Amino acid sequence: MNLALFIPEIALLATAAIVILLDLFIEQKRWLAQVSISGLVISGGVAIAMWGGSYPAIFNNMLAVDNFALFFKMLFLGVAFLVILSSTDYVSKFSRFQGEYYALVLLATLGMMLMAATTNLIAIYIALELTSISLYALVGFLKDSKSTEASLKYLLLGAIASAVLLYGMALVFGFTGKTQLSEIAQVLQALPQTTLLASPGLLLGVVLLVAGFGFKIAAVPFQMWVPDVYEGAPTPITAYLSVASKAAGFAIILRVFFSAFGIPVWLSQNWGLIFASLAVISMTIGNITAIPQTNIKRMLGYSSIAQAGYLMVGLAAMGMASGISILGQSGVLFFLTSYAFTNLGAFIAVIAISNKLDSDLIADYSGMGKRAPLLALALTLCLVSLIGMPPAAGFMAKFYIFNAAVQHGLLWLVIIAVINSVISAYYYLRVVKVMWLGETASAEKVPSSGALRLALLLCCLGVLLLGIIPGYAMGLAQFAANIFVY
Amino acid sequence: MLGSGYLTTILFLPAVGAVLVAFVLSNRDRVIKWTAALFTFVPLALSLILFALFDRSPEAAGLIQFQERALWIAPINAYYHLGVDGLSLPLMVLTAFLGFLAVLISWKIHLRVREYFAWLLLLETSILGVFLSLDLLLFFIMWEIEVIPMYFLINIWGAGRKEYSAIKYVVYTLFGSAFMLAGILSLYFTTGSLNMVEIGQRGLGLVQSIMPAAPIFWLLLIGFAVKLPVFPFHTWLPDAHTDAPTAVSVMLAGVLIKMGGYGMIRLCVTMFPPVAQQYAVILVILAIIGVLYGAAVTMRQTDFKRLIAYSSISHMGYVLLGIFALGKVSLVGAALQMFSHGLVTGLLFAMVGLVMHNAHERDLRKLGGLARQVPIITVVFSIAGLASLGLPSTSGFAAEFLVFVGSFSSSLVPGIQVYTILGVFGVVVTAGYILWMLQRVFYGPPLEQYDGTADADVLERVYMFAFVAVIMLVGIYPAIITDIIKLGISPIAGMLGG
Repeated sequence: MNLALFIPEIALLATAAIVILLDLFIEQKRWLAQVSISGLVISGGVAIAMWGGSYPAIFNNMLAVDNFALFFKMLFLGVAFLVILSSTDYVSKFSRFQGEYYALVLLATLGMMLMAATTNLIAIYIALELTSISLYALVGFLKDSKSTEASLKYLLLGAIASAVLLYGMALVFGFTGKTQLSEIAQVLQALPQTTLLASPGLLLGVVLLVAGFGFKIAAVPFQMWVPDVYEGAPTPITAYLSVASKAAGFAIILRVFFSAFGIPVWLSQNWGLIFASLAVISMTIGNITAIPQTNIKRMLGYSSIAQAGYLMVGLAAMGMASGISILGQSGVLFFLTSYAFTNLGAFIAVIAISNKLDSDLIADYSGMGKRAPLLALALTLCLVSLIGMPPAAGFMAKFYIFNAAVQHGLLWLVIIAVINSVISAYYYLRVVKVMWLGETASAEKVPSSGALRLALLLCCLGVLLLGIIPGYAMGLAQFAANIFVY
Repeated sequence: MLGSGYLTTILFLPAVGAVLVAFVLSNRDRVIKWTAALFTFVPLALSLILFALFDRSPEAAGLIQFQERALWIAPINAYYHLGVDGLSLPLMVLTAFLGFLAVLISWKIHLRVREYFAWLLLLETSILGVFLSLDLLLFFIMWEIEVIPMYFLINIWGAGRKEYSAIKYVVYTLFGSAFMLAGILSLYFTTGSLNMVEIGQRGLGLVQSIMPAAPIFWLLLIGFAVKLPVFPFHTWLPDAHTDAPTAVSVMLAGVLIKMGGYGMIRLCVTMFPPVAQQYAVILVILAIIGVLYGAAVTMRQTDFKRLIAYSSISHMGYVLLGIFALGKVSLVGAALQMFSHGLVTGLLFAMVGLVMHNAHERDLRKLGGLARQVPIITVVFSIAGLASLGLPSTSGFAAEFLVFVGSFSSSLVPGIQVYTILGVFGVVVTAGYILWMLQRVFYGPPLEQYDGTADADVLERVYMFAFVAVIMLVGIYPAIITDIIKLGISPIAGMLGG
């Protein structure tokens, strides 16, 4: 086995250890963020250098080193970079455990990178738990009543989801006798359809897997934790959860469902339909419940449920296409990328504003257009992108993913999805309206640190570039999705 | 291949101006207003040059001129593709014209000047983009971008129930374009192309082999019907037009709603001729309902601006009638009616804004006898009103005449003669409400409280006379526009066999 292929992960793990140790010795805590960032840059640099090659799987075929995994590694590292950049102000207010904060972010990132690479049920479970446990701790980092409540809720529901997932895996294993995804597929393909249909254990296993992963991506009806956790967690962690954790969930769904259950066609069309119905429910419930929210973090929480719904349109397309086409998969990848920039941008603007206001109420954003025009403009751009309107990235992402669905006979799903986008415009624009039309409570300017502004600038550039010239990123997504061709 | 770059320049100059105004220039009103004027005047001048250079020979029928094409998004085969033909050229000139005049009309804006002009300029770019794009994705993007400037323009600088009107406008538009997006995706799925010219020329064979064409036609049509607006999707229009600031009402009534008619001709009729013919009767009936219902409702209005707003519903009914009568002459008439209505209603809104600004009153029951106090406004307003009711020698007459003659003689829609005759009654009602309005506002005994009401100042006279000159020019010599429109329409009419 070639350990060199594991360098991005090793670099991250080493950085996490160094950060914790450094925390014991240095007084200047801001170095911790810089060390973490350099670790991310090294890891990312190696991942970029590996892009495009074809490498053997490592650790007894447990971890694939393919372009799909590399795509997600770069995405997670990029997200972690922006999250740490936007955390520096926030974390510097902590009296203790600053090192632990950064180390946990790095470890969660490591877990997600493994999630995107694993091709074995057991390894999937381990990677998932590494991510989840780091995130449970991060959500409760503030230790005030809301943050603790959020953490406890997340922990309890997360544990249940893990149990459900494990049960699903056990059923699949019991039925096929394999844990390696490709071997599961071989067993399933060798069996006649009647045998498969007569075994509720397997189908129940698949459904339980959907439920377990559904918790990660915050799909309805596994979304109960979202609003409370989003509201209670430190805002940079909320941003991190809403973007990276969701992306990791989708990475693993793409791989598991394609590699293990992609063939026979009737099976893949069945889970395609499951995802299509989950998409409809998630979009509709997410959007409708977002309308009455008064707290912007809760509102973005519900909106992220709706966004998971749009993403599942791509999963449904993948199920319908059953290995003939990679449009659905590359659609999901591109959507995740643009969603990462958009949602991070929105949350970073929220961080900057709430640093000053000490409030997350939408009503308190009144007159922000006068107090902090550039911040308000950036938030407006991100919200417009979340609606899915040009020239922002969100439009291209929706166009691309809905295109995949139409190509595979899901026009009805697309019509429901676009109508949902219209509903969502109502609550996103409400924030815009408050910012630009509302009266200012005070004329005080809203200051923001250089790191925060840099992170926000990067996000906005990403949103505009992916919205106006998305060709290159779409090409990358297609290239990464090429592993989904038989 | 990128062509001469004329169209790109016209398209993006206003947007460049918007960026300059918003981020670069100092926040002084004079600087901003002159910049806005410059960045809308140059596109107007350029578009007039293209209007002069446009090849009008019969061989040029159906030809796309001044094309610019470059690969834009390779993975989905989308192109940056601009071009004008006989259908889009007049609308481009009209947009550039109104865009420049809108800046002049806005000269007296003093609230948040920087933002206002930035949004106004961005609005012009997006409308131009709709008329210039020949790639479906680009077309749709331009179509959607327009919503955001409109939302802010109505919301911040509007009057009355502006917040309600703004969100209503946004929701209606997005609702329509949601269906349109589904339609465009279906079209892309069935043809594998986003090229509007190519899809139109290739015919429906390919589409129908994969999925029935009628659903795609209707998905697209809903988007355009909301914009035009077609009864029963019209209720956003009176609210948005009434509550928007004057210059925005001019853009809205002048060119924005024309995007709907343009889209119907360019996509629904050109790409789906048999389907259009199959369902034409339904749309013609909706057109007549729009004409008569719109006119009747207009009659009952007591708010000055709302009256003009409602009259648009009736006038857009003629456009819909002309389009779905599917005859060559009626289509030319519909296209001319769009151009003419843009000028006439644009002028009417500008004048209403002026009266409301100077007399501080918009209730028709309280206005009266202004002719003595504001003679210039009265004369110009009367000309605009007469053009609106279709008096010969104004552009309104030429357009409505062509619509009626063309529809009546169309052979493609059963029973079209009856509908046309019903539509003609709309003209009678129009004459009624226009003349009654003129009488209530300007004629009759002068009222004391309006003594000292200012008449149009120099700048206002400039744009008023610019409007009047073009209206009369097109009215007296309509061929200057119709010769061009015919070049665009004749291949479409050829496909319809009418």
